[in-house]
Amino acid sequence: MNSVAETRPLSPTAQRGGLAKLLRKYALQIALIFVALLIWAFFFWRSPRTFGAYDIYNSLMSTTPFFALMAIPLTLVVIAKEIDLSFGSVMAWGMAAFDVVFLLFSQTNPQLGVYLGFIACLLAGLFAGWLNGIIVVKLGIPSLVATIGTQFFWRGVVMVVTNGQGLGMTPVRETILYPLLVGRIGGVIPMQFIWTIIFAIVTWFFLNHHKFGAHVYLTGDNVDSARLMGVDVERTKILTFAIVGVAAAFAGFVVSEEVLFLWPTLGEGALLNTLASVFLGGTSVFGGTGTIFGTFVAAFIIAIINPGIVAAGWMAYWTELIYGLIIVVSVALQAVLRRRLG
Amino acid sequence: MDYVLQLKNVSKTFGEVAALHHVNFEVGNNEIVGLLGDNGAGKSTLVKIITGYHQPDAGGEIYWKGQQIDHLSVAKARDLGVEVVYQERALADLQSLWRNIFMGRELSNRWGLLDINAMRNETQKLMNTAMGFTSSAVTPESVVGTFSGGERQGVAITRALYFEAELIILDEPTMGLSLTETQKCLDFVAGIKQAGKSAIFIDHNIVHVYPVADRIVVLDRGAVAGQFMKGELTFDELIDRLTRLARTGSLESNPHTA
Repeated sequence: MNSVAETRPLSPTAQRGGLAKLLRKYALQIALIFVALLIWAFFFWRSPRTFGAYDIYNSLMSTTPFFALMAIPLTLVVIAKEIDLSFGSVMAWGMAAFDVVFLLFSQTNPQLGVYLGFIACLLAGLFAGWLNGIIVVKLGIPSLVATIGTQFFWRGVVMVVTNGQGLGMTPVRETILYPLLVGRIGGVIPMQFIWTIIFAIVTWFFLNHHKFGAHVYLTGDNVDSARLMGVDVERTKILTFAIVGVAAAFAGFVVSEEVLFLWPTLGEGALLNTLASVFLGGTSVFGGTGTIFGTFVAAFIIAIINPGIVAAGWMAYWTELIYGLIIVVSVALQAVLRRRLG
Repeated sequence: MDYVLQLKNVSKTFGEVAALHHVNFEVGNNEIVGLLGDNGAGKSTLVKIITGYHQPDAGGEIYWKGQQIDHLSVAKARDLGVEVVYQERALADLQSLWRNIFMGRELSNRWGLLDINAMRNETQKLMNTAMGFTSSAVTPESVVGTFSGGERQGVAITRALYFEAELIILDEPTMGLSLTETQKCLDFVAGIKQAGKSAIFIDHNIVHVYPVADRIVVLDRGAVAGQFMKGELTFDELIDRLTRLARTGSLESNPHTA
């Protein structure tokens, strides 16, 4: 090449600017931690008795995973510039599959029924997620519409299969799944919290250190250039949907275990917190950017708001208003940031 | 002459619209072919067939180095060494420079785990040499959305040469560039020739195509209207003919001499 090479060594200013650059790179995550601390400090100030005791943190660690387990993989879908609104119903659909398989064995070998039911639950979730991906990618239907459709569809299937009836989950207590998924480490740390951390680390690893994650970012950033450069954007998108499906079924199992009952309405309140976690966590609704760390921290911010409001003596009606506001404000912020960058 | 790429009798219709009809087109080894044509002449469709994005209608044949290719897919075209440099669509704006350089060809082990350090180091090396980025403000971690048009073009062409492309397709690479950036971009195209590779240079701007192309092919309304070796025509004669084409639909004053 003829435009080669005034090779100049990096100037010392570049080295010194390293810290500033690092701060700028992680500005969003740092800001998020500050927001979390600020909100926590505020609630602590309003109700020191509640927030000074362990109970509230125990409850946060045991209930936040109910939606954080889905918000973490949903981050992948949103980075890939798609959306999934069906995961709440997929939680219940996974458990409906558990229900059917378990009842086959409940008289003869309930333990085996639990294990097979758990596998059926995860497979059902995988199938539902994969189907979302196929509908979006192969039929070219916008994911917003497609997953509203599958949301109603799977809820309907659950109602038909269970006949609107719940199921006691106590037989699971006899299996290792119970201590493994919702037990308490040392009687203190809920296992589902550990699973949330595992989910976060594994998803973070694949997003940042694996080809799949690189392709998720590229697909969401510029689907045409990704495709032209040989990225299999279709497979990438289908995979993200499938992962959310499995995660939703897993979360459904965890919730049902924690309360020891399968409600056919399982997952109906999950939509708002889960989406709010992803968007508050800084994942752009326009695709191409987002972090697992952001979603993880944001999920706990979202989780603390409800008890914080109640403990402060305000009406719980405020919660929904604030969640809605968080979604709108964080998405609006992304739009503003994006325009400034472009 | 040996051809790196040959299209024979390629047509493409989208529903009722015939974008290309019976096009014969070839690119020689180490040849820079300028592809000229108005909007809607079929340039983009032709490019998309060469890159495997579209399949030609039945009857069209594609040869790569003399071998017929049955079903040219995007992945196959890339394996063969066809690389496109699009003005707008080459880069993922929100991603870092190194992620763009290695887009779709990430260095990884057999489990798919990325070798991020190797990609960063290679990018730094390319920046210092081929891309000519000397500002310390730009690092492999810099987001390409902040680059100027010329820099972005440089990134895309460097990427193509780094991955040993045999045939580089430049789709209107000078569009929207300033004068100095255009010159830089044309230097990159001359660099393709020096590296012993071939290129298809698409532009409406004859001023840009003429100096760097070995041969110029004119496309009009989905068909090849004519082609010239650069030595055959002066710049002014070429302009005359193109003007005539726009007015009459024929490049020659007397079509029988064509």
